Amino acid sequence: MTDAPLLSVHDLSVRFGALAAVDGVSFDLWPGEVLAIVGESGSGKTTLLRAIHGFLRPTAGSIRYRSDRFGEVELTVLDEPRRRLLARTEWGFVHQNPRDGLRLSHSAGANVGERLMAAGARHWGNIRAQALVWLDRVEIDQARIDDLPRTFSGGMQQRLQIARVLVINPRLVLMDEPTGGLDVSVQARLLDLIRRLVAELGLSVIVVTHDLGVARLLAQRILVMQRGRVVEAGLTDQVLDDPQHPYSQLLVSSVLAA
Amino acid sequence: MSATPYNFAYLDEQTKREIRRALLKALAIPGHQVPFASREMPLARGWGTGGMQVTAAVIGRDDVLKVIDQGADDTTNAVSIRQFFTRVAGVRTTTRTEEATIIQTRHRIPETPLRPGQIMVYQVPQPEPLWRLEPSRAETRRLHALAEYGIMHVKLYEDIARHGRITLAYDYPVLVHGRYVMAPSPIPAFDNPKLHRSPAIHLFGAGREKRLYAVPPHTDVVSLAFEDHPFRPWKADAACMLCGATDSYLDEILIDDRGTRRFICSDTDWCERRRAKGKAA
Repeated sequence: MTDAPLLSVHDLSVRFGALAAVDGVSFDLWPGEVLAIVGESGSGKTTLLRAIHGFLRPTAGSIRYRSDRFGEVELTVLDEPRRRLLARTEWGFVHQNPRDGLRLSHSAGANVGERLMAAGARHWGNIRAQALVWLDRVEIDQARIDDLPRTFSGGMQQRLQIARVLVINPRLVLMDEPTGGLDVSVQARLLDLIRRLVAELGLSVIVVTHDLGVARLLAQRILVMQRGRVVEAGLTDQVLDDPQHPYSQLLVSSVLAA
Repeated sequence: MSATPYNFAYLDEQTKREIRRALLKALAIPGHQVPFASREMPLARGWGTGGMQVTAAVIGRDDVLKVIDQGADDTTNAVSIRQFFTRVAGVRTTTRTEEATIIQTRHRIPETPLRPGQIMVYQVPQPEPLWRLEPSRAETRRLHALAEYGIMHVKLYEDIARHGRITLAYDYPVLVHGRYVMAPSPIPAFDNPKLHRSPAIHLFGAGREKRLYAVPPHTDVVSLAFEDHPFRPWKADAACMLCGATDSYLDEILIDDRGTRRFICSDTDWCERRRAKGKAA
């Protein structure tokens, strides 16, 4: 591990009119680290994630990112062409609903290949070969490479979206409720898959979830958010087994044991 | 023709100036779509109003106009538009490619090589090459501005995956001057190479979509493709039944109820001239 964080968020706020959706959030993400952001619906988790990716413009604060290409950049003031280039070549965003992250009217192979083509690949055979490798890595039958994602089950769509995100070998992956809306057995398989790929590729990941089980399985560190603020932060086991803040205690005690 | 009730070439001078300004900008930024205030023409939108406005804006009294539709000079739309300009501009018209100074077209670039000084005017139904891939015009403008053309290859990728080759037969996207991806209007991919470093000026007018764009003379126009699946212009593997040409773009014609088919040159002027020179199938 290197001695500088990959991403450094400082005093970040996102306001929608009078509403502070994200209110003075600060944290660092280190290379190879998986950070979970947990909290109930409306606590600002997704807004925070979208602000980091640049889907939303923050109202105040700074987001510093150590890019391969440009060195250290301040994302809140980075110009659009370079931000989009980073999004194409160094980042990935996994949407909660795979339909937001896929082209449903284009084949699975095209969905995976598009990211390569957007990054400049122009050799059909290589693009095809990489798409096949990635379908296999996310446990989708290679024979379905030319099928449309709308003929896939929800779990397969989500795995396809992950293949599409990871094919360019990103450094930073942002996941928004990657297992939301899937049934429990499919969730378990998907979590296994994500955990394996994250470890193999040494990805730095921020995963937003309301499911503490997901956080426990994937993340080394946790931020607990409530009403736009971080109320507790720490190592996963520490926060989940010995929560200090009343809200974290409530969250942990609300989990139903099967 | 004199004493016409219309201004020369139908449009008023102010409108023509506005279109010329847009055309100059289009020529200055090859392949870039320039918005313009498309006017009502005495013809339904989608029938060539964009091309007609461009022709009206650039035509002068000494110009010689040729109009083709599907490569032919004698189809309804071509005849109507030619008559229209005879009436409102009183200019000379021709069917001979090399005599014309302005050639308005929908589907073809003539087989006869173009020369410096000629102006091709295209009637464009859909100026946005990314429209099937990205529904938002705000987003396509952004993609053009940032030269993010990866999604253009998605369509080509799928063609090869399904059919083993790129099956786009017309409106085949091109990269102009190494910068803008452009829809060359519904000309067959066969005609794309004729745009590359052409000595003529190529002006594209989309009346319904209110966009103009242009390819100035001697500009690089490269058809998109993959390194291992290069661009191949397609034509029917046959000879013209009238003039015997094997190197021209052919129309397929069913001649009876049993599916017998014949091929003839799509460019009627070129075919007639070949026959006049004594070439026959």
